[in-house]
Amino acid sequence: MHRKSLAYPYLIWAAIFIVVPLLLIVYFSFFKDGSFTIQNYQKFLEDYYIKALIRSIELAFISTVICLVMAYPLAMILSDKHMTNKQIILLLVVLPMWMNSLLRTYAWGSLLENNGVINSMLKAVQLAPITFLYGNGAVIFGMVYNFFPFMVLPIYNVLCKIDPSLIEASYDLGADKVTTFRKVILPLSMPGVVTGIVMVFMPALTTFLITRLLGGGKINLIGNIIEEQFTRTNNFGFGSAVSMILMIIVLITLAFMSKKDSLDKGGGLF
Amino acid sequence: MKKLTKAITMLITVSLLILSLAGCGESKNAITVYNWGDYIDPEVNDLFTEETGIKVVYSEYANNEEMYATVEPGNVNYDILFPSDYMIEKMIKKDMLQKVDTSKLDNYKNIDNRFKKLPFDPEDSYSVPYMWGTVGIVYNTKMVEDVVDSWDVLWNEKYKEQIFMYDSERDSIMVALKKLGYSMNTRDEKELEEAKKLLIEQAPLVLAYVGDEGKGKMVNGEAALMVAWAGDAMVMMNENPDLAYAIPKEGSNYFVDSIVISKASKNVEAAYEYIDFLCRPDIAAKNAQYIGYSTPISKARDLLPEEIKESEVAYPKDEVISHSNMEMFNDPSDIVELYSSIWTEIKASN
Repeated sequence: MHRKSLAYPYLIWAAIFIVVPLLLIVYFSFFKDGSFTIQNYQKFLEDYYIKALIRSIELAFISTVICLVMAYPLAMILSDKHMTNKQIILLLVVLPMWMNSLLRTYAWGSLLENNGVINSMLKAVQLAPITFLYGNGAVIFGMVYNFFPFMVLPIYNVLCKIDPSLIEASYDLGADKVTTFRKVILPLSMPGVVTGIVMVFMPALTTFLITRLLGGGKINLIGNIIEEQFTRTNNFGFGSAVSMILMIIVLITLAFMSKKDSLDKGGGLF
Repeated sequence: MKKLTKAITMLITVSLLILSLAGCGESKNAITVYNWGDYIDPEVNDLFTEETGIKVVYSEYANNEEMYATVEPGNVNYDILFPSDYMIEKMIKKDMLQKVDTSKLDNYKNIDNRFKKLPFDPEDSYSVPYMWGTVGIVYNTKMVEDVVDSWDVLWNEKYKEQIFMYDSERDSIMVALKKLGYSMNTRDEKELEEAKKLLIEQAPLVLAYVGDEGKGKMVNGEAALMVAWAGDAMVMMNENPDLAYAIPKEGSNYFVDSIVISKASKNVEAAYEYIDFLCRPDIAAKNAQYIGYSTPISKARDLLPEEIKESEVAYPKDEVISHSNMEMFNDPSDIVELYSSIWTEIKASN
C-alpha cells in the first residue's frame, strides 16, 4: 500500500468536519435570505463590538506573556539532564488536563468567591478578604491556569532536543552562561516558543467559558458574542461574520509568527 | 507493555464504535423528553416507566433559546418539550408543534381555568401548562436593611458590588423597562434606549451577571440582591432562611411553562400518556415540591406541605398576579437582534 493513502481517512475527516463547516460559515456571513450582503460585517463596526474585540486581544496577549514568562524557566529546569524527578513534575503539569476544563474552572469559581474557600481561610487568620473574581484579573488567571501546559510542553520538547555539544562548544569558545543562553539556547528554542505562543493565544482569544464563570459575565469577549449569536439570538449570519473576523485575526497572527520562525526544525506547528 | 497498551486502546476504540452505533437503534417503547435543567423530580420518570413500561430518555437545556436552537434544524427528535409562553407562540408560528387533543387527557380537567386559553395558545390546542411563576428579587435580610418592594433597590449605590443580575438580555431589559413603567413587550426604540441607559448606569453596581450558578452563590451570601424566578427563590430560601423574595410593585414578568409535543414526534401515544401522567395531582405535587415552582393544578397544590402551599412566594395573592403590570413575554423574534446589541453595549460599558 502506498504510504500516502494512509492520510486519506484524515483527509476525508478534514473535508467533512473542517472544510464544509468553514464554507458554511463563509456562506452564512455573506448571505441573508439567499441574497448577498455585507451587512453582517458592517454591524461589527459598532464601537462596542470593536471594544470587545480589542479587550479580547488584550487579555489573550497578557495571558500569553504571563504563560511564557512562567513556562520558559520551568521548561529549562525540566530539560536539564541532571534533573531528577522530572517525570513527576511533568506529570503535574499535564495532570489537570486529564480533567474537563469546565469542571476545573467551575471549581476555581467557588474557591475564589468572596465567601469562598480561600477567602474563608484568609478571614480565619484575621486577614482582609480579597475580591478575586468578577474582573479582568480573574479572567487572566483562568486563561493562564487553563492554557499553561500548552506553553510548557512545546518549549520543553524543543529544549530537550538541543544537542548538548552545541552548548559545550559555546562554553569552550569562552562564552559565559548568559551569552550561551542568548546566542545558542534561546534561538534554538524559538520554534517551541512560537508554538507555545500560538497554542495559548488562540484558545485564550476565543474563550467564552472562563469569562462567564470567573469574570462573572461582566467581561464580554468576542467568544461570548459569537456564542450568544448562535445559542440565544439565533443570528447565524452575524455570528458567522464575527467568527470570520476572528479567524482572519488568528491567520494574521499565525503568518506573523511563522515568519519569525525561520529556524523551525521540529517542535513547531507549521 | 507496549503491546498491552495497544490492545487496550484498540479495545476502547472498538467498544466506543459499537456503543455509538447501538445508540442509533430507537426503541419503540420509549419517549424522548427535553426539559429545563432541574425541572422535574427525577423519581417521576422512574415512576412513569414503572407504571406504563415506557422508557423515558431524558435530557436537559438551560434556556428556551438553547432548546429552540437544538430542535429547530430538525435532525434531533424529541417527543416532549417544555417551552415557556413566548417560545410556544414562536414555535406555533414556525409550525414546530403538534396539536394536542386535550379530550384524550384524563387529567386535563385538573388544570385550573385561569391557566387555560392563555394568549400564547388561545385555543389550548398545542400546550398543556406544567409550571408557572413570577420574576422578582431575592434578597438577604441580613445584608439589606431597606424594604425591598421596588426594582429601585437594584440601583441603590449602597449595594454596590452586591447585586446579581441575570445573564440574559431579555430578563435584564425587562427589569429596566418595568422600573421605567413601560411594558416589557415594548417595541418602542426610545423606551428601549432609556432601558439601555439605565442598565449601563447600573453596571458598576453589579457584582456579576449570573446563570444558574448564581443560586448557590446567593445561598452562600456572595451577594445581597439577585433577580430570580420564584421557583428558584423557593429552593434558595429553603437552603438559607435569611433569604426573602419580593415581587416589585412596578410589576414584573409572569410566566407559564407548558408541555408540548414536537412535530417530529414519532411516538405520540406515549407522549399523551406522559403528559397525562404529569397532570395527575399526586405527580404534579411531587414535582412542585421538588423543584419549587408553582403548579397550575389546585388539587396538586392541596397535597403540598403547608409551608409551600401557603407560601406567597410560590403562590402570590390573586391581586398581585392579575394586576395589569404583571405581563407575559410575547414572541420576541422581531426584536432579538436589537436586544442582543443593547446587551453587548451594556457589557462593553464596564
